[in-house]
Amino acid sequence: MLYAISSALTLFGFWLLLSGYFTPFLLSAGAGCAIAVAAFGRRMAVIDREGHPVHLTGRAFIFWPWLAKEIVKSTWDVSRIIVNPRLPISPNLVRVRTSQKTPEGVVTFANSITLTPGTISIDVSEKEILVHALTREGAEGLASGDMDRRVTRFEGFS
Amino acid sequence: MSALLDGLSWVCLLAGGAFCVVGAVGMLRMPDLFTRMHAASVVDTLGAGLILFGLLLQAPSWQVGAKLAVIMVLLVFTSPAATHALAKAAVARGLKPQLDKTGDESSSS
Repeated sequence: MLYAISSALTLFGFWLLLSGYFTPFLLSAGAGCAIAVAAFGRRMAVIDREGHPVHLTGRAFIFWPWLAKEIVKSTWDVSRIIVNPRLPISPNLVRVRTSQKTPEGVVTFANSITLTPGTISIDVSEKEILVHALTREGAEGLASGDMDRRVTRFEGFS
Repeated sequence: MSALLDGLSWVCLLAGGAFCVVGAVGMLRMPDLFTRMHAASVVDTLGAGLILFGLLLQAPSWQVGAKLAVIMVLLVFTSPAATHALAKAAVARGLKPQLDKTGDESSSS
């Protein structure tokens, strides 16, 4: 129920943002639509921990800045490789173990890997992620498990 | 203040454009699909991110700014999903990534 209420509020906020009109009729129409969509979603059982992980919001503001910093660093590295005339790539595949306990945690980890340039998650299972890395250093950085630990902390069980 | 914002905005827009060009050059230089995807991800992270941030500083009202922020969040959630789908589809169809041969210890699959 909490997830349904929060998704109704999120939908209404999104509606307000896209409309930009604040007349009583349009406000109530928007609220009606938001509540209806959240009710349909609840009836279809697509609004749950996994579909609308609102419980992660607070910790996202710790994790996202760190992820942004990592993205900037690795984008810079990949850009330097691209403009290097010798193109010093050493592509390889590496299996990274995941320590997350929930599906949304594993998805966050896989998406974080893909989002950082230089590493792409190819195959995701519950225990490990198959990663294609542009350089050997990138694969080693991932294998050190720093990102894995941070995603697990973001997930909030440890 | 507005001159400062304008300057910062221009720096972001130019840097974002530069990263887009670098990403495009990378797409041409890289040898196979997977390495090209690494080059493409330069475009949709820092390239798009810096351009959107530069535009955000130019936003005439808070609504336009908030919409740009929503676009940024949307990109951050959708682009890895699309990249992962592409990579997984390529592997499922039997495309093998070209791996570095110099010292293979981790190329297990």
